[in-house]
Amino acid sequence: MYEHDVLIIGGGLAGLRAAVEVTRAGADVAVISKVHPVRSHSNAAQGGINAPLTDRGDDWEGHAYDTIKGSDFLADQDAVEVMSTEAGEAVLELERMGVIFSRGEDGKLGTRAFGGQKVARTFFVGAITGSAILHVLFEQSLKLGLNVYEEWFVTKLIIEDGVCRGVVAIDLKSGEMHTIKAKAVIMAAGGAGRVFEPSTNALICTGDGLSLAYRAGVPLMDMEMIQYHPTTLARTGILMSEAARGEGAYLLNASGERFMEKTAPDYMELASRDVVSRAEQTEIDEGRGIDGNVLLDLRHLGRDFIEQRLGYLQEVSVEFLGIDMAEQPVPVQPGMHYIMGGIKTDVNGATNVPGLYAAGECANVSVHGANRLGANSLLDTVVFGRRSGAHAVEYIKGVGGHSPAEEDLAAEKTRLQGLLDRPKGERVATIRDDMARGMTKGIGVFRDQTSMEGALENLKNVKSRMGEFSIENKGKVFNTDLMFGLELEFMVDCAEAVVAGAMTRKESRGAHFRTDITERDDENWLKHTLMYQDDEAENGVRVELSDVKITQWEPVKRVY
Amino acid sequence: MPDTMNVKLKVKRFDPADSGGKTWWQEYEVDINPDSTVLDALIQVREHEDGTLAMRCACRASICGSCGMKVNGSAKLVCKTRVVDVSPNGEQMTIEPMGNQHVVKDLVISLDTFFNQIKRVEPYLKPSFVPEQGEYTASNASMENLLTSMNCIMCGCCVSDCTVLEVDSNFIGPAALAKAWRFTEDPRDSKRDERLKALNDEDGGMWDCTRCMKCVDVCPKGVAPMDRIMELREAAIEAGNTNTSGYRHTESFYNSVKKNGRLDETRLALDSAGWTNIPRLLDLAPIGIAAMRKGKLPPLIPHKSEDHKKVRDLYKSVEDES
Repeated sequence: MYEHDVLIIGGGLAGLRAAVEVTRAGADVAVISKVHPVRSHSNAAQGGINAPLTDRGDDWEGHAYDTIKGSDFLADQDAVEVMSTEAGEAVLELERMGVIFSRGEDGKLGTRAFGGQKVARTFFVGAITGSAILHVLFEQSLKLGLNVYEEWFVTKLIIEDGVCRGVVAIDLKSGEMHTIKAKAVIMAAGGAGRVFEPSTNALICTGDGLSLAYRAGVPLMDMEMIQYHPTTLARTGILMSEAARGEGAYLLNASGERFMEKTAPDYMELASRDVVSRAEQTEIDEGRGIDGNVLLDLRHLGRDFIEQRLGYLQEVSVEFLGIDMAEQPVPVQPGMHYIMGGIKTDVNGATNVPGLYAAGECANVSVHGANRLGANSLLDTVVFGRRSGAHAVEYIKGVGGHSPAEEDLAAEKTRLQGLLDRPKGERVATIRDDMARGMTKGIGVFRDQTSMEGALENLKNVKSRMGEFSIENKGKVFNTDLMFGLELEFMVDCAEAVVAGAMTRKESRGAHFRTDITERDDENWLKHTLMYQDDEAENGVRVELSDVKITQWEPVKRVY
Repeated sequence: MPDTMNVKLKVKRFDPADSGGKTWWQEYEVDINPDSTVLDALIQVREHEDGTLAMRCACRASICGSCGMKVNGSAKLVCKTRVVDVSPNGEQMTIEPMGNQHVVKDLVISLDTFFNQIKRVEPYLKPSFVPEQGEYTASNASMENLLTSMNCIMCGCCVSDCTVLEVDSNFIGPAALAKAWRFTEDPRDSKRDERLKALNDEDGGMWDCTRCMKCVDVCPKGVAPMDRIMELREAAIEAGNTNTSGYRHTESFYNSVKKNGRLDETRLALDSAGWTNIPRLLDLAPIGIAAMRKGKLPPLIPHKSEDHKKVRDLYKSVEDES
């Protein structure tokens, strides 16, 4: 058995930032991740990280309000205040660790514009901001001698007497299973994009963290809030950063019109993401698209500018579609990108299970509410990664040296052996594709009662087949076949919570836009949906509601 | 364009659990979309043909660095390699794990070789001070310069195909040296001289690169590690690190071509070793004797090129320019 004060699940930005904090406090910490930390999906964040730097004239209230307005007033305002007031220091600290942020003439950090905000407060490294930050945090982890269980896959949280005591995990390289005991566990395992198909998310974004917490009795909050990014590359679904529009790119329909004029005359292409994705989908649905796409036009920015500030986008466009963005507009469409919903936590990352924390995309603090602003996700990871680390360090001071029993390990070994021993049945990938396509169809940019019922029926069908899929690979070493089966089980849990949340919310708010109930209803639905796994409840999910915290900004109609 | 394309793959398999850890080739055929990447084809195999095939992949967008492998003998990130580019007429393509790194299973290599090399260059900022408030002040140009190296996604393609690592596992390797360059060029770092000296003195350091260009060819992110290594060498020499066989080799090469219009190989070997380095000179003796027996010993008194004066003029014009 292995043992640590604090065990962090996930080696992306939230996990590594938490690890730095715990190490600085002198506690014994380890990171466990199914991939090497530099392979984490934080890499894929392109455009930048928001921060109102008050020492140069920006104000945190401005960022907080833009975030709350972007959230369609579903974010908890006390949590947003924490994020906005800590943002400046969080970004400056990354710079001092070594991040090579773009600079202005004065040698100080420079910014670019981003969606849903009138102030340019997005700090960036070309179009590889996430990667550049992740690699620097990885550098810091080497400097600190951080202990990392690389390519270990967590199958279960150990909960005893209602308290989180550690995890059971497989070392993928040997295939052996182990208990890792911890006084506190921080879940920083990323999002659940693969619940949908297509998605911009990496193949590793399978909602493991959300499901592990959900099974441990933690509610998943506002899971119906799924972000469709306005610009994903035609055919491939690869993300084309909002930085393109932040730097001045246009969105055009088939007749060459800047159609955002109709829905967001003030913000145009830089309205919040849910608004832009709906406008695009409307163009496409009403026959003004081109083969299911609209056009992202950067030509007027000039080749040098494109290559200098948006180099990665040009690389992707040329490599994958053979389109030179300096010469030709590139076809794009809305694509599933981010899940605002997640493990319900307080502003310190704490969940309702003592000893279990969550941060980053798998968590819901809630700062993104019904729609996240671009460049707020990286900010969320470092602010709440740090806070969860700091709070976990305080928490463990009151925790004794309790040893968890080995029962969970034995039970997990039996469960996994059971999967391996199943007779030949359906392939995992077939069931996964059926689930994910059904989710996109039913819980899309637009949804209504009928489409959501369709998603539910589809999910019921998928669940009925879950006992019969089989694992072809019976070996021990690097058995990803087995891992994909376990991931599918995690994804089905997430899908169940998404559908339950969506069917519960009888209004349109942010990313949850119902064509059969098109208005926001603050009187009845200024509320979070909380999904609990419950075998007794209808479809296995019990849904509760809780009030949204309002501090100083009363909800008003959102206009861009 | 047809809806699907037939792709033929020949994949090198390895299973450590199989008796004695045997290696074998396995052929697959899949029908996929004509736009597909090699990764798409491999995923199709893994998900629908053979669940026992092990490989790594994650982002599908050439940013996570997971899916480095050899395609038709050369390291590539398969998520950004289109099938039509490596198999334009439907030829069977061969897929192997990356080279110079221990194979765990099938296309999965151990990450230890790569990351142990990275760790050797102490890859983190070592500033002389940390601002109490705000950020370091630095020019935008100095930061953009570092992007070349920060574009590295640590996929390991350069390490895979490095011809030096093939024969000398002690070489720090192209990726780690490019990473070191990122710190020697960072105006916020205070240990430039120490870093250069260490990489200059270290066995397996910057002088072990033979400039074969392989790393530049296979890097999927334009990091061009060899170019970074050459910049490290120049910086090390400028910082006064000249007592190395690498530097003496460079200097001898330069002088002999300048003087004779051609390379004096005998002198090059002796200069590189160092005239006072007796053990190294003794190491050379058997090589010299063997070369003499085979009639391959270069002339002790070098021949001059007929055009050596022209070569000297070329030197002069280049030196005048710089």
